[in-house]
Amino acid sequence: MQTSTFIDQPIKKAESRAKYYFRKFFQRKTAVIAAVIILIFLFFAIFGPQIAPFDPSLPDYDNLYGAPDAVHWFGTDEFGRDVLSRLLVGTRNSLGVSLASVLIGAAIGTFLGVLAGYYGGIIDSIVMRGSDILFAMPDILLAIAIVAIIGPGIINVVIAVAVFTIPSFARIMRSATLSVKSSLYVEAARSIGCKNSRILWVHIFPSTVQSMIVNFTMRIGTAILAAASLSFLGYGAKVDEPDWGAMLSSGRNYLDIAPHLVYFPGLLIFIAVLAFNLLGDGLRDTLDPKLK
Amino acid sequence: MNENNLLKVENLRTEFKISRKKSVAAISDVTFEIDKGEIVGLVGESGCGKSVTSLSIIRLLNDTSGEITHGSVWFKGNNLLKLSDEEMRHIRGKEIAMIFQEPMTSLNPVLRIDNQLIEAIQLHTEYTKQEARKHALETLRSVGIPDPERVSRCYPHQLSGGMSQRVMIAMAMSCYPDLLIADEPTTALDVTIQAQILDLMQGIRNTRGTSILLITHDLGIVAETCSRVYVMYAGRIIEEAPVDILFSNPSHPYTQGLIASIPKLGLEAESLPFIPGSVPDITMMPGGCRFHPRCRYATEICSQKEPELISINESQKCRCWLKTSEYSIKTENGESRK
Repeated sequence: MQTSTFIDQPIKKAESRAKYYFRKFFQRKTAVIAAVIILIFLFFAIFGPQIAPFDPSLPDYDNLYGAPDAVHWFGTDEFGRDVLSRLLVGTRNSLGVSLASVLIGAAIGTFLGVLAGYYGGIIDSIVMRGSDILFAMPDILLAIAIVAIIGPGIINVVIAVAVFTIPSFARIMRSATLSVKSSLYVEAARSIGCKNSRILWVHIFPSTVQSMIVNFTMRIGTAILAAASLSFLGYGAKVDEPDWGAMLSSGRNYLDIAPHLVYFPGLLIFIAVLAFNLLGDGLRDTLDPKLK
Repeated sequence: MNENNLLKVENLRTEFKISRKKSVAAISDVTFEIDKGEIVGLVGESGCGKSVTSLSIIRLLNDTSGEITHGSVWFKGNNLLKLSDEEMRHIRGKEIAMIFQEPMTSLNPVLRIDNQLIEAIQLHTEYTKQEARKHALETLRSVGIPDPERVSRCYPHQLSGGMSQRVMIAMAMSCYPDLLIADEPTTALDVTIQAQILDLMQGIRNTRGTSILLITHDLGIVAETCSRVYVMYAGRIIEEAPVDILFSNPSHPYTQGLIASIPKLGLEAESLPFIPGSVPDITMMPGGCRFHPRCRYATEICSQKEPELISINESQKCRCWLKTSEYSIKTENGESRK
């Protein structure tokens, strides 16, 4: 038997995966716009203090509750501090808290979820019942409860938001692991004598990363909202620190005389959450192999 | 046990839990052996227990609800069923390797070919990554991949089915196992590629002396490659015969039915002969001989008692009352049974 027919079969020319996903992603206008907005926010988070037109904590007692004008674009607050500058500087706080908490929550949740999905049995039961318990409580209530126990402060807000992020990752990663686990190549890996740990992290985990990325983006939006809510309730950043939630909180006292103190932080939170959610949607559509 | 024997499976029984208390036997009383350098076929319809048999041999049933409840698997004098998980892990891939039905999904889509091969090699050897890579390329070349350097840098989705199956075979053969279990290795491939893959497997047997257990439902493949064949039906081995005898003189009514239903070249028939009925559901196995509801020779005893797998001549074994009664008549004339 000659093998020429076989040799002549060319290796399929396929564009690289990254290229393919980029092309898919750029076809989705809303997701691209969301990504641009997030990039701008990230820029603010990094360079906020440098580009802020005024010192965010410098009071100006001649200009209290100043309405937005050419000098103070977003007006001034009850101490005459520039709202725009405070928002720019506060971006780092708000984004940082949510990113850090989702990172921690995702790492722990993913680890637990993958273990639960792969080993099943008692580990699965413990992890899943644990997440059921966490899921049963409303997110923000849970976060308040945690902060009430461990005390207020930025770090503790991160911990609180991370804790309620864990179950969603655990569940998603568990189901992703379950579906990959039964695939033939995992069986093949086992048939050449791979260790469980290797099968888990080299063969199963990379195929589940897509679900993780999507959930990650979605959860950041939720985390921003949660962190802002906690700050609003006085559990997070100190009232005088530039932080979106805290600004919203102190601004609400002057709603009738200086509504811009509430509008602008609220608007920013709204845009940030929306952008992360839209990006999440876009990524889900891009990465979902069923929609190819 | 003869010296040439490599694998000997005795009275293997694997059960699957279907509810908390109930379990059904997917295979039972499965007994067969493979000699060194031999290609043995295991034939049967879908759902007759071929794959369960192969998974039981290398104990890959953990992910299912399956459990081996009876029997032994002797491989080079060791009972595989008695080994610890860790010892078994060292057998898999190194001593017994397996290739699967769908090559396209047997390779991890997110890893490059070379990494997957290197992984397989490093699992069972002391090679460094460089040595393993070299060995991987040699193995790829040995399974007829024309440009191993290039192929090794590909991802699985860039390869065709035949190419993927070659890579799978390379992976399975990379540690020179003594036994290769091929579970329908050509089912997902088109006919020309099928022939090439079968050639390749025979070539491996000829050069390396690897024994191969070829699991298939395709009698054509069996005729082409195997020396001995076991025919399975509903979780039982019902006939064992050298390949030429199986085709020229099948003894079990089921095998006869199978052989009769192969279309013959030049024969113009209105319709092909077929075996009426279908394979029984695993949870509702008929009593007695499992084939009797479909068997045209069935008599009363067939529905009452299950026949044993007995030798009907030097090379052939059959599990059928038809043959058994001949045998028992003979034994009544003076010879003792067993």
